[in-house]
Amino acid sequence: MLSELLQFLFSGLTVGAMYALAAVGFSLIYSASGVINFAQGEFIMLGGMSAALLVQAGVPLPLAIALAVLVAAAAGLIVEKLAIEPAGNSEVVTLVIITIGASLTLRGLAEVFLGKGNHALPAFSGEDPLVIFGATLMPQSLWVMGVTLVVVLALGLFFGRTTLGKGVLATSCNKLAAQLVGINTRFILLLAFGLSAALGAVGGILVAPMTYTSYDVGIMMGLKGFVAAALGGLGSGFGAIVGGLLLGIVEAMTAGYISSAYKDAMPFVLILLILFFLPQGLFGKKATDRV
Amino acid sequence: MTMKPTTRGFLFLAFVLAVLPLALTNGYYYDLAIRMAINATIAVGLNLLIGYTGQISLGHAGFFGIGAYASAILTSRYGLPSGLALIIGAVATAGLAFAVARPILKLKGHYLAMATLGLGIILSMVVVNETDLTGGPDGMPVDAFSLFGMQIVGEQAWYVVVVLILLLVTRAALNLIDAPAGRALQAIHGAEIAARVAGVDTTSFKVRVFVLSAVVASVMGSVTAHYVGFLTPGVAGFFHSIELVTMVVLGGMASVFGSILGAVVLTLLPQLLSAFEGWETVVFGLILMLTMIFLPRGILPTLRLKFAGRAA
Repeated sequence: MLSELLQFLFSGLTVGAMYALAAVGFSLIYSASGVINFAQGEFIMLGGMSAALLVQAGVPLPLAIALAVLVAAAAGLIVEKLAIEPAGNSEVVTLVIITIGASLTLRGLAEVFLGKGNHALPAFSGEDPLVIFGATLMPQSLWVMGVTLVVVLALGLFFGRTTLGKGVLATSCNKLAAQLVGINTRFILLLAFGLSAALGAVGGILVAPMTYTSYDVGIMMGLKGFVAAALGGLGSGFGAIVGGLLLGIVEAMTAGYISSAYKDAMPFVLILLILFFLPQGLFGKKATDRV
Repeated sequence: MTMKPTTRGFLFLAFVLAVLPLALTNGYYYDLAIRMAINATIAVGLNLLIGYTGQISLGHAGFFGIGAYASAILTSRYGLPSGLALIIGAVATAGLAFAVARPILKLKGHYLAMATLGLGIILSMVVVNETDLTGGPDGMPVDAFSLFGMQIVGEQAWYVVVVLILLLVTRAALNLIDAPAGRALQAIHGAEIAARVAGVDTTSFKVRVFVLSAVVASVMGSVTAHYVGFLTPGVAGFFHSIELVTMVVLGGMASVFGSILGAVVLTLLPQLLSAFEGWETVVFGLILMLTMIFLPRGILPTLRLKFAGRAA
């Protein structure tokens, strides 16, 4: 009984950690620009796929991981520079469609250059499971949770202690005022895209040894990251992390206790219920309209 | 006698649709024209919601799916007449859309996008997983549409049917926009709070337009199911929802004729792109991005501005 519950909790937290990284990426871009970046899932895919292919080509694992994160970050910067920046102050729907276009382009490029096959990364430190109260925990799960924790703490320091991080917060608070005190908000937006692409890639790389990765995994992962971000309240970093973990756990519990066929539907049921009763998500700010 | 520009536009549309069969020299062209008309009808309905009321929906393929699968399942598994099945699908869609509209339309911007997206994905997963009813990923065949013992058979008959529906929905949309109700909708898009202060019951209007656009999608889902004769879960999927929204935005928000143009372009594009073997997705994505960057208002309104500028 307990071992089963624990088992589902472990797998939920592992997947949830990746959703959390994706959700932080969503939140970051949303804060800096008010845009929901539908290409976020493709950065997750790019990270996992590039790492897997580099390892297959004989590159040592740590180097492959570093390169894969760079590839995704570069893709993020390019998307911002070539697609988001020229669009300027377009309507939300227009921007949403631009990011969808970017996501299709990235997925298509991955299909052409990286192929349609499934790929897997080797586990970072072996496949021998740990047994805790009768539940098995793969060492890779510890990597996922550990790295996510480190990334979250690093982001906390970045936003709390560095001038650049505070600049991002200031921009999300009030873009015009941030510009007036000398913050380069265009650079901040570029930074947000690069950073959230890198975060997505880290998530994609971490889970690649456990779930196969292919050119089309980005759609579902991106949508779930969006759900996690909305669950926690868009623009709230803390909310994104809680939202991601919560989503992972709910999904794992659904798969375990209710129906594995509907496990992918659960995040969307959850978000609908939450939005029906808490229109700003769990931790979002109450919006007020100026008339 | 001077005609309103919308009336002129409508007559032009009717004329084009009437003479188009002269150019449709084979079944493939007819098929393309029929798909365009079906998409255009949905886009006109969806534009009332997105373009005129300013509410985004990323889940309309779900409503399309309800109509399509209601028709398929009720006719082939329960032997209901196809007309009745279509109506049941439309009523079920209206009921669902009405039930979720109030809580959903209270949401703004991205939360609204999220909620409609979630609804669409749940519906498409039901279609994929309820294999006994829907055939699951393998799809299911659908019988021909028959009304009072007469069957709609052949591309030419279907062309007439879908074109009549398109003209009907277009006319209705144009009338609605010019009516006081349409003015109220545009006021909601412009400034919702101001509209409410001016005495517009904004929630009630938004709910009605949401239900209306969902029902149009559902009916066209039924039509598509009978026309194609075979259904796969993709029709209710996320990507189809995105395609529908793209038609509206690409053609031009708050432009009825723009939606029709957007539907034509987006139906044609995959056919043209099949020449780029393997690169279809890349080219499609690039075209989407470039159009939205350089023509953020959509194709038709941008063209109109350009020509108006030259005339002045």
